[in-house]
Amino acid sequence: MSAVLTIEELRSGLAWRKNLDKAFVVVGLLILMSCLGLLALLFLDLVRDGASRFGWDFLTQFPSRKAERAGILSAWVGTSMIMLVTALVALPVGVAAAIYLEEYAPKNWFTGVIEINVTNLAGVPSIVYGLLALGLFVYKFGFGQSVLSAGLTLALLILPIIIVGTREALRAVPKAIREAAYGLGATRWEVTKDHVLPYSTGGILTGLILGLSRAIGETAPIITIGALSFIAFLPNSPISGTFPFVNFEWLKSEFTAMPIQIFNWVSRPDQAFQQNAAAAAAILLGMTLAMNAIAIWIRYRFRKKINW
Amino acid sequence: MKLSWQQITLPALALGLLAFGAPGRADAQAAIKIDGSSTVFPISEAYAEEFQIQKRGKVRVTVGVSGTGGGFKKFCRGETDMANASRPILVAEMEACRKAGIKYMEVPVAFDALTVVVNPANTWAKSMTVAELRKMWEPAAQGRITSWNQVNPKFPKEKLMLFGPGADSGTFDYFTEAVNGKSKASRGDFTASEDDNTLVQGVESNKNALGYFGYAYYAAHKDKLTAVAIDNGKGPVSPSLENVTNGTYDPLSRPLFVYVRETSAKRPEVREFVQFMLTNGQLVSEVGYLPLPKSAYELAWKHFQNGKLGTVFGGHPQVGITIDQLQAMEGKL
Repeated sequence: MSAVLTIEELRSGLAWRKNLDKAFVVVGLLILMSCLGLLALLFLDLVRDGASRFGWDFLTQFPSRKAERAGILSAWVGTSMIMLVTALVALPVGVAAAIYLEEYAPKNWFTGVIEINVTNLAGVPSIVYGLLALGLFVYKFGFGQSVLSAGLTLALLILPIIIVGTREALRAVPKAIREAAYGLGATRWEVTKDHVLPYSTGGILTGLILGLSRAIGETAPIITIGALSFIAFLPNSPISGTFPFVNFEWLKSEFTAMPIQIFNWVSRPDQAFQQNAAAAAAILLGMTLAMNAIAIWIRYRFRKKINW
Repeated sequence: MKLSWQQITLPALALGLLAFGAPGRADAQAAIKIDGSSTVFPISEAYAEEFQIQKRGKVRVTVGVSGTGGGFKKFCRGETDMANASRPILVAEMEACRKAGIKYMEVPVAFDALTVVVNPANTWAKSMTVAELRKMWEPAAQGRITSWNQVNPKFPKEKLMLFGPGADSGTFDYFTEAVNGKSKASRGDFTASEDDNTLVQGVESNKNALGYFGYAYYAAHKDKLTAVAIDNGKGPVSPSLENVTNGTYDPLSRPLFVYVRETSAKRPEVREFVQFMLTNGQLVSEVGYLPLPKSAYELAWKHFQNGKLGTVFGGHPQVGITIDQLQAMEGKL
């Protein structure tokens, strides 16, 4: 081969590299498709197994020893309430922590330690959170085996996800925006509140929803803090007819949740319960997908409003 | 609509603060808390369901699954009204309850027959002696007894595949106690699972398999499994309601209990619930277990009403308790 490439050699080399490029696209697409295909297969399998159980009754009936009479009312209401507590606690705390770390904290060994710990916390097995919560929330603070304890536990669990997600979102806001605001005499809080946060809202909410999607399927920590297997009543309604129109009794209520109900049904001798378990699993998967869809919609909405 | 951060965070923060500051009023509704054995769970669940329907939602009954040991821990900390147990309370648990000042009544609710099952294609092991079972399952069998003809020369030279519950299960404790003479003493090289459905599948799909689990799992899969008749010196006996009731299915039948806290038993809803349990034995058979004879339920109710405290078993594991013996023991309380 000569030191100088002829035009033919250059062309063939280029064609080869372009083919490699196309091959990568195909391989990438294949991998993506097989992942999505597996998920779709799992989902369809669950739907097929549980097909006979879908319906209004399944959603509005309590668990029962008779498979055809059993429903997931207490399970999905429990899961929804836990998610509500989790979101209300994890969002403010997580966002505040991320703002501090990203906008305020000086870069020194102390914040370095905090950052490493936040990242590490994201990798701690969820059962450890359950054990911590059992000692702290259930016994020490005396919250008992309640919706509140479960919500706080899962809030702890997803806090690192929210912090990391929020920091990414904050970092994505261009420096020029901040500098322009500072240049006009805004304080750091004003810059954060009026410019950085509005632009990163989409990313923050996405982080929250991703966190919640993880929390919704968690079984180990809520079993540890005492989720029950059979509950045939609902917690008191959060909205009451008399002043002050809201009550918080439901926070102290015993609870069950979707993963617990599914686990309970899977391990029963009567085969008819396997269908119930499949149907409940499909609904849980549907809830997760719906939450992710909402995240995408929120991101889209907020991105549309941004005009730099 | 323009969502600003204040609009999102302020109500969220306010709600959160309100939630923490909300005064905890005692639940006005009558509630019964039950926790414990997963074996007893289906029974308690059936009772709880029917009782709540009968009470039209005036009483709330919750049932948890912490295992027999976990249930006693909660019970002896005073967190629950009743503990479900697939074995009598043990000395250490009695001690924990005593320290916490918790007194209790022991109420037998049903019988379970541990069932040894083989594949329907298995033509040789229709019945087995307890000695053969021990030869198969004892710790010394590990790695040594690997084919059927080593258990009994009449059996074919086929590979022996064993399936059994994991070490955390009360069923495992009871079977090892009854067959090997010591609780938890078992060979370790068998397929163990806490999920009995896995064991059912294992035996269903292997011609040379043998496994054991609670009667309810056998009852639900009767068409795909064969129950081995157990010979304890008096000829082979199959697991059935009749054989458990007349005491011949020995030593693999075991009583199941509910322990009721004395202070809870003074509450009318708990009394009513216990009475409901002891007068609706048909629910027990509906969920695949074996109900006690009527007289045993009547005696248990009498003891409960008279407030007889404590256990009749002295805190030591026992095997092969028949219904007659149980009644006699209850009578000696």
